[in-house]
Amino acid sequence: MEASTLAVTILWSLLFIYAMLGSLDFGAGFWGMIYGKSEEKSAAQIANRFLSPTWEVTNVFLVIFVVSVVTFFPYATTLLSSVLLVPVALGLLLLTIRTTFMVFQHYAGKFVGLLRVTSGVTGLIIPALLVSILPITLGGFISFEDDYPRLEYGELLTHPTLYMHVLFGLSTELFISAVFLMDYAKEAEDWDAYDTFRKHALWLGPVSIAVAMLTIGTFPEEAGWIVDNIEQNWLIFGLSLLFFLIGYVLLFLKKPDGRKGRARPAVIMIVLQYGFAIYAYGSAHLPYLIYPDLTVSDGFTNASTFYPMLIVYAVGFGILIPAFYLFWRLFLKDRRYLKQQ
Amino acid sequence: MDIVVMARALFGTSLGFHIIYATIGVGLPVMIIIAEVMYFIKKDSDYALLARRWTKAFAILLAVSIASGTIVGVMISLLFPDFMEIVGQVIALPFQMEIFAFLIEAVFMSIYLYAADRLPPTLRLVSIISVALGATASAILITDVHAWMNTPAGFRMLPNGEITDIDTWAAFFNPSFGVTAIHVTLSAYMTVAFLVASVAALRLMKSKITDQERAYHKKALMIALYFGALMSLGTAINGHETAQMLHEYNPRKLAAAEGLFETQRYAPLSVGGYTSLEDQRVKYAIEIPYGLSFLAGDRLDTEVIGLNEYPQELWPPLYVHILFNVMVGIGTVLIAVAFAALFWKLVLKKEFPGWILAILVVSGPLALLAIEAGWCFSCIGRQPWTITDVLRTGEAATKSKSVGFLFYLFMSLYITLLFVTGFVLRFYFKRNPVSRDLSSQ
Repeated sequence: MEASTLAVTILWSLLFIYAMLGSLDFGAGFWGMIYGKSEEKSAAQIANRFLSPTWEVTNVFLVIFVVSVVTFFPYATTLLSSVLLVPVALGLLLLTIRTTFMVFQHYAGKFVGLLRVTSGVTGLIIPALLVSILPITLGGFISFEDDYPRLEYGELLTHPTLYMHVLFGLSTELFISAVFLMDYAKEAEDWDAYDTFRKHALWLGPVSIAVAMLTIGTFPEEAGWIVDNIEQNWLIFGLSLLFFLIGYVLLFLKKPDGRKGRARPAVIMIVLQYGFAIYAYGSAHLPYLIYPDLTVSDGFTNASTFYPMLIVYAVGFGILIPAFYLFWRLFLKDRRYLKQQ
Repeated sequence: MDIVVMARALFGTSLGFHIIYATIGVGLPVMIIIAEVMYFIKKDSDYALLARRWTKAFAILLAVSIASGTIVGVMISLLFPDFMEIVGQVIALPFQMEIFAFLIEAVFMSIYLYAADRLPPTLRLVSIISVALGATASAILITDVHAWMNTPAGFRMLPNGEITDIDTWAAFFNPSFGVTAIHVTLSAYMTVAFLVASVAALRLMKSKITDQERAYHKKALMIALYFGALMSLGTAINGHETAQMLHEYNPRKLAAAEGLFETQRYAPLSVGGYTSLEDQRVKYAIEIPYGLSFLAGDRLDTEVIGLNEYPQELWPPLYVHILFNVMVGIGTVLIAVAFAALFWKLVLKKEFPGWILAILVVSGPLALLAIEAGWCFSCIGRQPWTITDVLRTGEAATKSKSVGFLFYLFMSLYITLLFVTGFVLRFYFKRNPVSRDLSSQ
């Protein structure tokens, strides 16, 4: 494998991790808002219990992703940052409000209503902003003026593909978080919350698949190249769909105790579903970072800097594995944490 | 307004805002460790309570610190893309290592915060030590990039702008890395010590306070004073080394800091005043004969380079002299305050009267002011360069016209957040007064 392909594969892997963690994080914020008011529902408690210790880690993965883009592909920064300045800056602004308010609600209980709504609303807007970067890379939305790249807002904001991408991002986010929180509720043996999240997973699953397929239909004319590549990758996309179907069926299977749904295997299937989809999409996106102006090899740093960076990644994650294990034991497994009132 | 100026203003404000929270985020876990260790040694539950209450404050401030750190980390790529293009090729390593340090801090902070009651004492201590190590390592690694901007190393730039001869480790261990990293770390520790002293002194000045509360706050104050005295002394010694590093590697900046125009031996040190371009000297300053030569090279006859050796367009703004003096001045005053207070307590064995407490109350905000002045000095003193003698700020900055509007947007965010953090801290600690925690022990 070429070094630049390796780099972009790592980048897609990080994107995959952040897409999963981010979906849980933002989705949990949204469910926390929806069920925060009705006292009898414990779904909000489950969502918030998951969110409290995890948001910092999720946030770091966002930073890892950004730093990896800049350090693996330094020649891409000028184009990327000129074009993405406004959407990314707005995302940062909202993320800051979300982060701080989410933490503050533990310490200023009186204002919990306002803070919960903030966390829920930003849980939809931020992912929408992030996912709107995807159509920009497809081509047709960037123009050059004296060699300086500009995002054509008028073009982008009136194009249906933007809104389909946003819809795709949100339905995916809510589907993933619903399936995961269903499993989390099962660990906590909170069956009310379990039923609530299962109910949502059931309708969100088919919707997210339908939206994903429709989105490809709305790609701009300039994106013919990626549609061709996607068609060539049909096998992997097919596998992704297969994992979805298995996962979806698992939501209906009865367990020995008569309760419907096999939460843990379903979560694994859904993760595989998105894993395959993201890698298939990523490889269809090659060789371009941004069509037609920037390819992966154009943006790539030199090999002498790249290999030390790889070592840093290996050592860094190596050190962190025991820490993540402890983290998982304490917050995702320990009944004393899961079942507290 | 000029896009470059707006880009600098936006990034400068973001960094200035982040520095407040980041500094506390680096120092406060160390104070928490000290309290935990004191509890371990003395078995006095007041220390455990100190650790617990500081942890609450830390958690509130850390949220803003992480959020603003994310802003700064992303914004630097957005606003200075051509700078990041070089960074990505030459000095990407500390940036990446920093993330892992940050990740260690985040993971263990969650563990310490949400699982402390389920952990055995050793694992609890390991957690908070990991938080402190992660925070300090993170500060040191980011400082490395800053140091490299001041004294770039490990690459060559061809006339066409191409970067060659990259030596990643020479860039990592650039000439000013060591002193600057120590400077940032010690001054952060020192600042937090004085901030803790401020809060404790403020509480002790209240007339309605039980003996139990008084004892509690005194313990906080004494930890802060010992630690603050030690760290401020360390910062000063290191500050001297920093001046010598500047003398060797970045004499233009030292000349601007001291308002020295003519290269000379036996150069005097100007304390206070402002640098006047017409008069080619620092006006209204107290001059210490031979002071600057001695500082720069430990000898009275050290030759110190003056600004006139360089074309005027390469000078930093002359007001950096004031920023430099604010930093050094406050640092010096705080050493005196810490040692005088300790002398009062330990040698004279007297209680602190109101006026000493009042001085201690302002010591924390002063330390924070010195930190801000120091960062401003270091970054403005590097102008017109982003990477000294390699890349000008005007070339590094974005050309996007949206910067102006973003500046006002983020400015409002920062002002709001300053108020909201203050409000949440007040709200939480008013709702959970120390008297209640003490009586429930």
